[in-house]
Amino acid sequence: MRKKHLLKLTINGQKCEVAAYQTRTLLEVLREDLGLAGTKHGCEVGECGTCAVLLNGQPALSCLLLPAELEDHHITTIEGLSDAGRLDPLQTTFADLGAVQCGYCTPGILLVAKALFAENPQPSRAEIEEALGGNLCRCTGYLKIFEAIELAANEHHRKAA
Amino acid sequence: MNIIGKPLRKVDAVSKCIGRTMFADDIVLPQMLYAKILRSTRPYARIRNIDTSAAESLEGVKAILLGRELPITFGILPVSQDEHTLAIDVVRYAGEPVAAVAAVDEETAEEAVRRIKVEYEDLPPIMSIEDGLKPTDTPIQAYAEDGNIHKTVSFTFGDTDAAFEKADLVLDGLFFYQGNTHLPLEQHASVALYHPEDRLTLWSSTQTPHYVHRALARVLEMTPNRIQVIACPNGGGFGGKSDPFSHEIAVAKLAMKAGKPVKIALTREEVFYCHRGRHPVLMRAKLGVSKDGNFTGLSFQTILDGGAYGSYGVASTYYTGALQTTTYHLPAYKFEGARLFTNKPPCGPKRGHGTPQPRLGLEIQIDKAAELLGIDPADLRLRNLVPADSLTVNWLTIRTIGLRRCIEKIVEASGWKDKFRKLPYGRGVGLACSCYLTGAGLPIYWNNMPQSGVQLKFDRSGLVTIFCGSTDIGQGSDSILAYIVAEVLGIDCSSIRVVTGDTDLTPVDLGSYSSRVTLMTGNAAIQAAERARDLLDEAVAAELKIPRNRIVAAEGRMFDAEDPSRSVDFAKAVQLAEARFGTLGTTGCYSPPKSAAKFKGGGVGPSPTYSFSAAVVQLAVDRETGIIKIEKTWIAHDIGRAINPLLALGQVEGSVYMGLGEALMEEHEFRLGVHKTPSMLDYKSPTSMDICPVETILVEEPDPIGPFGAKEVGQGPLLPIPPAVCNAVYDAVGVRIDEIPVTPEKILSALKAKSQGKDGRYGPSSFPSVEYRDPVFVMPPWEGGDGRAMNEPEYTRKGT
Repeated sequence: MRKKHLLKLTINGQKCEVAAYQTRTLLEVLREDLGLAGTKHGCEVGECGTCAVLLNGQPALSCLLLPAELEDHHITTIEGLSDAGRLDPLQTTFADLGAVQCGYCTPGILLVAKALFAENPQPSRAEIEEALGGNLCRCTGYLKIFEAIELAANEHHRKAA
Repeated sequence: MNIIGKPLRKVDAVSKCIGRTMFADDIVLPQMLYAKILRSTRPYARIRNIDTSAAESLEGVKAILLGRELPITFGILPVSQDEHTLAIDVVRYAGEPVAAVAAVDEETAEEAVRRIKVEYEDLPPIMSIEDGLKPTDTPIQAYAEDGNIHKTVSFTFGDTDAAFEKADLVLDGLFFYQGNTHLPLEQHASVALYHPEDRLTLWSSTQTPHYVHRALARVLEMTPNRIQVIACPNGGGFGGKSDPFSHEIAVAKLAMKAGKPVKIALTREEVFYCHRGRHPVLMRAKLGVSKDGNFTGLSFQTILDGGAYGSYGVASTYYTGALQTTTYHLPAYKFEGARLFTNKPPCGPKRGHGTPQPRLGLEIQIDKAAELLGIDPADLRLRNLVPADSLTVNWLTIRTIGLRRCIEKIVEASGWKDKFRKLPYGRGVGLACSCYLTGAGLPIYWNNMPQSGVQLKFDRSGLVTIFCGSTDIGQGSDSILAYIVAEVLGIDCSSIRVVTGDTDLTPVDLGSYSSRVTLMTGNAAIQAAERARDLLDEAVAAELKIPRNRIVAAEGRMFDAEDPSRSVDFAKAVQLAEARFGTLGTTGCYSPPKSAAKFKGGGVGPSPTYSFSAAVVQLAVDRETGIIKIEKTWIAHDIGRAINPLLALGQVEGSVYMGLGEALMEEHEFRLGVHKTPSMLDYKSPTSMDICPVETILVEEPDPIGPFGAKEVGQGPLLPIPPAVCNAVYDAVGVRIDEIPVTPEKILSALKAKSQGKDGRYGPSSFPSVEYRDPVFVMPPWEGGDGRAMNEPEYTRKGT
């Protein structure tokens, strides 16, 4: 019987302990051991961006991370993007502008967009395109996603002003 | 209208944005086991022996499955029941399932699969169209027509020889459309639960739960009423989840053997082996044109590289000849098609199913004809449009056709007249048109039942539950059902629950393929909702003591049209109707109209109605590197009516994106018998940095046969993109790339040839001789006849 190891992680602001095989990636621990199935996977080898989470606010591919190395980090998953049922403005504009088709790449893209906003609240179209360069989407052709990110940025700007 | 035509949120949009939507791999059941499949490493080999002893002795292994335990074959088409769940005796492509294991966790199942030893005896693999046409002692499938020729088809509508005789210009050219794959972000996954009462439940990422239901019953030898198939929301489909798959059956059998629920989730590499993607097609297109720009006739030949199994391939073969006739009037048409078996993962239906390939050849030929005749390519197309309410040369019924407006709109929006042949060297514009089905006219297996059914249930709270067998693959079919029922009943989508894709709970809908769902489920939903309105209106009219025809439903209430102050809310209306008529429930269904074509093979191509698209692509070609930069795409799509314009635009933009991927980079290539690029890094697809701005124009001319006038939008807009790219490359740098993908290497090769005074072209140079079957002769409608064949040629071939 392979041994499981106790991991102490901070996920969506909550400290948690979980026993998992040492060979498991953060993606597998999130989905299989912690029941946080909102993080999706499209390749499990770091090629599609679907499994993106935030590591201390920076986008990271959970399929390439070993959780034992992340005990001092803050991990944010899609479950942590909305606050007690209150949608993040990005989630609202994605839903309103049809940026979600099958919805499978959506969690990863929302988190990458969130990280982009943290550094650059008014990104240009080119900056959005570049930020999402590692996230594949097969349904939308990306255009509605760009528009939803731009709308969220504009609304944020309008509220701030 | 309060809902139809409005840019509303999808009913599942918020769930998807918060990561709450349950895809198949998100399902976890108590005591669930995990399965893995051992796949062939050989493209073509006999299996000498399979030794599972080392896997059996591994702790945590709960069940092992080999092919001989499931000897009954399956396949999507009744004529191609050629797949085993796991290979028996022979493997026919690298990646074919050979054995399956269920274990306590995924790691143990992986280790167990690694421990299974298979001894192979290699056979010479067939990896190309050229090899597939050679005589063979070891045909890949014994039921093929001849050697590795799976299927040939041949039709003649009118006299094409005479048509070419009287043409002033005959263009005869060869084209190649490379194979490519769907690449949905979600890898296929299934969960099987075998109940102690001898019942089976399968959750799966499938576009066609009804066909999976039938395949499971057949292979597992269970009566279908003991099997429940639930289609989970698909994380993208594009046709890649339309077949019943080995892993779906294997996981069910493993659950029965182990007595515990079992999940299987494929790796990305395995998804490439499931494939069923675009057939590589070699084509010969011969188009006759008079000097004043009228098409006199078309002859089209195709050879499809089918892969190792039938899948939808027979239908795909017909589709490479079916829709050349629906955009431009052809007085005479001849089609010959052949599909070959090769030792590759099976090809099948991808967005546009068998029609993007011939559309490439046809639309490039038209561009070439326009240049030779000195006619603008947009004008040449406008001159030849098929009229509305007409029959095509091959007896397809065209009802509404908004193609004229589509072409006029993109010509205007793109500034075509100021750009075509006028942009500086290195930049160009290209134009192409297309047409697609709004649902296949016939079901996949012959029957007289409806293709789509809807049931409505009414709760006293005013909640309406819609039950329908359709499957939401991201296109928004659940939302379309809700919008339509809400519109008819005058309620809000928040008063509606949608239950779809569950063979125990929902009436049959054939599945999310052939762009059939909005039209067929939509019409079924309208019928069910109008039947409910009959009951509700009568009950409310009695309550308000007014005639029934004065009842209006809107904004969650039912009013007296002549005195809107008198009304009841929708919940009250349901209660009144339930008191009057008993428990409320209605059904609706849809069957397509009968086809005018009555000849054998005429069942592929008919559709209730057709969508049309026209596109202009503007691009720049770097003459030093051959790299193409797409600057902008303008596309107009005849959708009849947009039920939700936001979702319609999303479908158009997604189609343009996928078309650009096929045109520029996506290709399924093989080396030494194995897939060359079975990963998302190596299989190139467009990223956010590759997509161009897309200006979409929805042309809305409601079609009387569509729900609220709607036609399809999910597939058709892909079709004009690849030929528009090829035509734009010619406008930019003066070389013809007669195949896709249009890679920088091909452009440089053609530019080099041109600079050396040779033909500035890259594309296939020869078309192999194929023994097509004798043609079925059918008289075009305007020459008389009744849609029947004038002959019924006996198909004979040596050895059959």
